[in-house]
Amino acid sequence: MGVGATQRLSRLLAMVPWLLRQQGVPLAQAAGHFGITEQQLVKDLQLLFVCGTPGHLPDDLIEADWESGYVFLGNAPGLSRPLRLGVDEAVALLVGLRTLAEIPGLHDREAVESALVKISAAAGDARATADNLAVDLTSGVCESTLALIRGALRTRTRLHLRYLVPSRDETTERDISPIRLACFDGGWYLEGWCHEAEAVRLFRLDRVVELNLLDQDGTPPREAVRRDTADGLFVPSPDDTVVTLDLAPGAHWVAEYYPVEGVQELPGEVLRVRLRTSWPDWVPRLALRLGGQAHVLAPEHLAERAGDLAARALLAYGEQDPADHGPHGTYAPHGTHGVEQV
Amino acid sequence: MSANRTERLLNLVICLLATRRWLTKDQVRHAVPQYTTSESPEAFDRMFERDKEDLRELGIPLVTGTDSTWFDDEIGYRIDRDAYALPEIEFTAPEMAILGLASKVWQEAGLAGPAARAMTKLRALGVETDDDTLVGVEPRIRTAEPAFAPLYTATRDKTPVTFQYRKPRDQTPTTRHLQPWGLANRGRWWYVVGHDLDRDAARVFRLSRIHGAVRRTAPPDSYRIPEGLDLHQIIAGPDPTDPRTATLRIRHDRCAALRLRATTVGPTDPDGWQELHLTIHDPDILAEQIVSAGPDAVLLTPPDLRSQVVARLWAVRRAHPHPVT
Repeated sequence: MGVGATQRLSRLLAMVPWLLRQQGVPLAQAAGHFGITEQQLVKDLQLLFVCGTPGHLPDDLIEADWESGYVFLGNAPGLSRPLRLGVDEAVALLVGLRTLAEIPGLHDREAVESALVKISAAAGDARATADNLAVDLTSGVCESTLALIRGALRTRTRLHLRYLVPSRDETTERDISPIRLACFDGGWYLEGWCHEAEAVRLFRLDRVVELNLLDQDGTPPREAVRRDTADGLFVPSPDDTVVTLDLAPGAHWVAEYYPVEGVQELPGEVLRVRLRTSWPDWVPRLALRLGGQAHVLAPEHLAERAGDLAARALLAYGEQDPADHGPHGTYAPHGTHGVEQV
Repeated sequence: MSANRTERLLNLVICLLATRRWLTKDQVRHAVPQYTTSESPEAFDRMFERDKEDLRELGIPLVTGTDSTWFDDEIGYRIDRDAYALPEIEFTAPEMAILGLASKVWQEAGLAGPAARAMTKLRALGVETDDDTLVGVEPRIRTAEPAFAPLYTATRDKTPVTFQYRKPRDQTPTTRHLQPWGLANRGRWWYVVGHDLDRDAARVFRLSRIHGAVRRTAPPDSYRIPEGLDLHQIIAGPDPTDPRTATLRIRHDRCAALRLRATTVGPTDPDGWQELHLTIHDPDILAEQIVSAGPDAVLLTPPDLRSQVVARLWAVRRAHPHPVT
C-alpha cells in the first residue's frame, strides 16, 4: 500500500506540469500518455482538485476541470516542473542504458549515446552508484544476427533458420515468423511461429547456425501467443520421462540449472534428484558431459546407454574395457588419472 | 486509504515547496489537513517520519535547517526549490524509445518500480515515444534473488552487511561479513563483489547461495568503494584462454556442436570420418563437449587434453558399469 501511494504521488507530480502545458488535452490522450485508464486519470484529477497550499480555501486549491472531456488545470505554482530523478530511478535508467549500449545490433547507437549523456547530466550523485551495478546481456550474441532479427520484426518478414539441437546432435531447418527477440536467464532467444511445427517455439541465438530473410510475409498467425516466461522456460508435460540422478559436487550445478524435483542429500555430498525431460536420449549425453560426476540410476536403459557410449568411445582411444575383458568387479584402468570418482 | 495517503503526501509537498521559511514540525502538522486528524502526537510523529522517508525516496530534496530570526533553535523543514525540478533537458522520440527499453531491463521488485517512475517523470517533459523501431525487442534481466534488493541498497549506502552463505560443497551455511562494492550478473546468476571482513580480502559471492536475510551491521557511509572496478572482470576470474589448436576425428553426420566451433573441417574419408580443427579456449569446456559426443568424436591432439578426455570417459564408465550391448 505504501508503494502504491508513493508511486501515485510520483505520477501526480509528473502529470501536473504536463497538463499545465497541454491545456485542453482530451482525457483519453492524457491517460494514454501516462499509461493509465481514463477512470484512473479522473480519480487522479479528483485528488488534485482537493489539494493545495496551506489554508486549503478554494483559492488555495489546484483547479482542475475535465467535465467536457478535455482537461484544464490551473493554480498549481511550484509544481510546474517535473520532479528530478531519485537516486534509484537514475541508477535504473543509467544501468539500463549502459546495458543496451553494450549490445550491438539491437538499436540505433546514436540514440543510446545521446540518451546516456542527457541522463548522466540529470543523474547527479546517482552516477557513482550506477558504476557499482553492472548488467551483461551480451552472452552468445552476434551483431548481425540481432540486427537481422530486429529488422524482420519491424518489417514482419519471415526468417529461415538453421538451428542446432545439441540434445539430438542435429541441425534442423525451419521457417519462422518472428514474435519477439528476448532475453531469458541471461541468454538471448528468438520466439516465433515455427511453420514446420505449426506452433510457437523458442530458439537460443547461440545455437543458430545460419539465418536468412525470406521474401515472404512474417506476420505470426492469430493463434501464435507468446509464452508466459514468468516461471522460467521449462514447461512440464505428462509425457515427460522422469530420470533419477546422483550428483557429486562437480555436478551440483545441474540441480540449479535444470528444473529438478525431490532433491535428497546423501552422504558424501551427493545430491539425488529427479529430472523431467521430453527428450530422454539427451540424458546419456548429459552423463558423458558430467564426466562421472553424475550417475544415472533410472530409467535403467538410459544408464546402460551412458555406460555403452563411454565404453565404445574408450575403444576408439585404444583403451580396453574391463567390463568385457578384465577380471570381474574391478574397473580400475591403467594410466588414467585426474578425475574425481563418484 | 491509499488515496488518503497520496493526498496527504501531495499536500505536504505543496506546502514545503510553497514556504520560504523553515517550517517546524508543529507548523507542518497544522498546515496539512490530513495530519490534524491524527489521533495523538505520537501517531503524527510516526506518520511524518514515514512521509519524509517516502519523499526522499522519490528524490524530493527535503532539507532541514533553522532560521536565524527564530527565537528558538527548533529544526525546520522545506523543499529546496532549486534542486526540486528535473533539469531542462529535451529528449528526441528515438531517445525516449530507447529510454523506455532501458527502463524495462528491470523486471522485478528492486529497480523495476524506480525505472517506471523515472519514465513517468520523463514523459512529463511532453515527448511522444515512437515505439515502432524497437517492437518485439526485450532485453531483460531477472533479479529474483531475495538478496538482490538489500545488497543493492547496501552498496548504494556503503553499509556493511552480514549473511549466511552456503558454498556448493558445504553442508551448512557459514556467517559472512562483507563491505559490498557492487553487483553484477554473469548469465542468469547475480554476484556481489566486496571486501570480505572475515578474510580481509576481496571476495565474490553468488546471490543464489545466500540463505535468509541480509542484515546491515553499521551505519551508511562506513567505508569507501575502490574506484574503477571492472565488476564483470572480477566475477569472471582469470581468463582460461588456451590458444592451442585441437585436432579431432568426427563422424561425418554427427557432432553439430563441435562443427559450430571448428576453424576447418576436412573431407569425409571412406569410413565416414572427417578431421576437424578448432581453438581450445577453455580446455575443461572442450573436454566436456568432446566426451558428450561419445564414440562420434575422437580427440587426436594435444596429448594432455586427450588424456583428460580418456580419464573422463573412464569415470563415466565406472559410474555406469553395465555390460556392453
